[in-house]
Amino acid sequence: MSATTAMEVNAEARRILAVSISKLYASRTQRGGLRLHRSLLLSMVMRSARDIYHSSRESEELWGAQPTSEEPMETGSCSGEQTVLPEPQPEPQPAMISAEPPSDEPDSEDEGCDGETAEDKENMSPTKQSRKRRGKAAAAPDFLPSKRARLEPGEERHAAPPGSCRAGAGESLIALSLNRVIPAF
Amino acid sequence: MGRGENIAHLVQPGRRQKTQQEPLDVDPLIIRFLRTFREILKFVLFSYTVLFGALLLARTTQQTRVSSSKSRARDRYPLSEPLIMAGAGGGNSDVQWCFSQVKGAIDDDVAEADIISTVEFNHSGELLATGDKGGRVVIFQQEPETKNQPQCRGEYNVYSTFQSHEPEFDYLKSLEIEEKINKIRWLPQKNAAQFLLSTNDKTIKLWKISERDKRPEGYNLKEEDGRYRDLNTVTTLRVPVFRPMDLMVEASPRRVFANAHTYHINSISVNSDCETYLSADDLRINLWNLEINDRSFNIVDIKPANMEELTEVITAAEFHPNQCNTFVYSSSKGTIRLCDMRASALCDKHTKQFEEPEDPNNRSFFSEIISSISDVKFSHSGRYMMTRDYLSVKIWDLNMESRPVETYQVHEYLRSKLCSLYENDCIFDKFECCWNGNDSVVMTGSYNNFFRMFDRGYRQDVTLEASRENSKPRSVLKPRKVSTGGKRKKDEISVDSLDFNKKILHTAWHPLDNIIAVATTNNLYIFQEKLN
Repeated sequence: MSATTAMEVNAEARRILAVSISKLYASRTQRGGLRLHRSLLLSMVMRSARDIYHSSRESEELWGAQPTSEEPMETGSCSGEQTVLPEPQPEPQPAMISAEPPSDEPDSEDEGCDGETAEDKENMSPTKQSRKRRGKAAAAPDFLPSKRARLEPGEERHAAPPGSCRAGAGESLIALSLNRVIPAF
Repeated sequence: MGRGENIAHLVQPGRRQKTQQEPLDVDPLIIRFLRTFREILKFVLFSYTVLFGALLLARTTQQTRVSSSKSRARDRYPLSEPLIMAGAGGGNSDVQWCFSQVKGAIDDDVAEADIISTVEFNHSGELLATGDKGGRVVIFQQEPETKNQPQCRGEYNVYSTFQSHEPEFDYLKSLEIEEKINKIRWLPQKNAAQFLLSTNDKTIKLWKISERDKRPEGYNLKEEDGRYRDLNTVTTLRVPVFRPMDLMVEASPRRVFANAHTYHINSISVNSDCETYLSADDLRINLWNLEINDRSFNIVDIKPANMEELTEVITAAEFHPNQCNTFVYSSSKGTIRLCDMRASALCDKHTKQFEEPEDPNNRSFFSEIISSISDVKFSHSGRYMMTRDYLSVKIWDLNMESRPVETYQVHEYLRSKLCSLYENDCIFDKFECCWNGNDSVVMTGSYNNFFRMFDRGYRQDVTLEASRENSKPRSVLKPRKVSTGGKRKKDEISVDSLDFNKKILHTAWHPLDNIIAVATTNNLYIFQEKLN
C-alpha cells in the first residue's frame, strides 16, 4: 500500500465523515423527528469512516517515519485501534448530540472522529478541560466543514461534484478493507 | 311423600306401585340392548360410507378446481400445483404491457403533500388505494367490463377521497408527527362495506368505506329538508320509504389505534384470521385485535437495555398468508426472522432466521446500508417470501434458512456509485416489491422512473419506464436498457444520465389479473397486459 493510496483513502474517509455529520445534523431539524433507522445507518458509516481514517493516518505516519519496518508497526497500530473500539459507543448519536447545548456544536464537531468517547465526557462534565487531553488522533479535525479546516495549510478540500463517483477512491477503500472494520462491530 | 301421593295411589289402583316393583327382568333388557346396538352399528356403518364417499368426491373435484380460478377470489392451492390463469407471467417475452391510465397532476412542480407514499390493491382487485404525504387516501374503483370493449379491462376511477391523518404535535418530545401515510392494508371483505387500515408514524386507523344509494323519503313529522313540521299540520300518517339517490361513498373512521409506538411505525399486516393485525416500528412489534383499540400486545421487542448497544432495527413485518400463528420481520442487518406466536407470548426468540453470508468480494464502505432490507412480502402460496434490499431482490424458501433460492439484481450498475448515492441521500431509499397473482413474476422499482419485472419461471427480466411520453392509450411499453459497459448502444441510457429524483418506490399488482399500479413521485400509472 503506497503512501498516496493511504492519502486518498484518508481524504475519502474524511469527506465521508464530513458528509455524514452534516446529514446527522440536518436530520435533527427534519419534520417528524429523528429517524432511528437512518441515524443508525449514518452512525455505522461514520464508524467505518473513522476507523479507516485512523488506520490510514497511522499508516501514513509510518510511511513518513519508517518506510522499511512498517509491517510490525502496522499490526501494532491495528491492535491499538481495536482496543479503542470496544469502548461503548453511544449509538443513537442524535440523542447525545441533541442533548448538547448549541454553543458546543463547533467544538463537538472537532471531536467527531475520536468523537464518541470525547463527546461522552463532554456530556458528563460541563467543564471543557477533558477535551484538551484527547489523543493525537483527534487533534486533526480537518475533515469537517468548519472554519478551522481552512486554517490548516494544504488541508483545504473541495466537495466533489455529486455526479462523479470516485471509483478509484472507492476501490482503494475496498482494498484497505474492512477486515479491520468488521471487528469493530 | 305427602298425603297426596297416598291418595293418588288409592285413586289409581291399576298403577304399579313403587314399593312393590317386580324383580329386574334381565333377558328382555339384554335383547333390547342388542337390538339397539344393531341399530347403532347400522347407523355407524352408514355414516362412514357417506363420509368416505364425500372424501373421495372432494379429492377428485380438487384436481379439477384449479381450472376455474377467476370465479374465486382467494384460492388456496396445494404446494405443487400452481394456479393456471389467463395471461400468466409478466416478464416473459410473450406478455406485453401497455399503458392504461395515469392519475395525478401533470406539471413538474411537485407539491410535497402530493407525493404518493403507498399503493395497495384490495383482495378482489376491484379497489386500488393510494396514500400520500399529505395524509390523504384516494381509492379508485375498477369499472365493470363493458360489452363493447371486451379487450380492455375496466378503468379505474376515483371512488372515494378522504383525509386519513392530520399532522400532530407531541408536546412531550417537542416533535411534530408527520401525517404521511406509511402503509395501507385492506381487510378481506365480509359485508357490503369495505374496510382498510391506514397508518402514519404513530397512529393506525380503521376506516369503513360504505356506499349509500338510497335515502328515506316521506317522513311523517319532518319536512324534506329536515325541519320539523308544525304538529297542527300533521293530519295523516305515512311511513317513509327508501328512494334511490345518487351514489354517495362515505368513509368513516371506526377505530383509532394510538399511543402504542414509541418509534416510527413502518409496517402493518392483517392476520389471516381477520381478527388481529400487527404493527411494527423500529424496535417493537405489537399485536392488535381489530375490535379493541385500547389494548395491544407486544410480541417482539429488540430494544437493548442500553441504547448505545443498538445494532439493528426492524424494517418490515408481515403475517403469513395462511398460518395465523406465523409472521416474519426483517432487520436493517439483512436478516429475516420467522416467529411462531404459539411458542411464547414474547417472540424475541425466533423460530427461523434467514440470513445469507455476505460476499467478501463485495464488501465496501456502504455494505451495511445496502444490505438493509426495505421490504418483505410473502408469496400468495405462503411457501416463499421475497425481500428487497438496495440493489437486489431475493426470494427465500421458508424451508431453507441458509440462503435465498433466487437472487435478482435490480440495478447492479449502481454498486460503483454508492458514494455519490450516499451524498445525495438516495442510498436510503426504501424500495418495495410485489408478487403477481400466481407468484410467477415479481416486480420492483428503480430510478429514472424505471421498474423491473423478474419472471421466475422463464428466467427473464424486463425494465419498463413509467413516463408521460409513453402515455398514449394502449400504447405498448418498450423495454428499456441501461448501458453498463463503455459502449452505449442506441436506445440505451447511460448510468450517469439517470435521474435519481425520479424514483419508483411503490408498486402493486392486481391479485388476479395482469394489471399493475406503479407510483412515481406524484403520479399513479396503471398498466395492463396487452390483450388481442
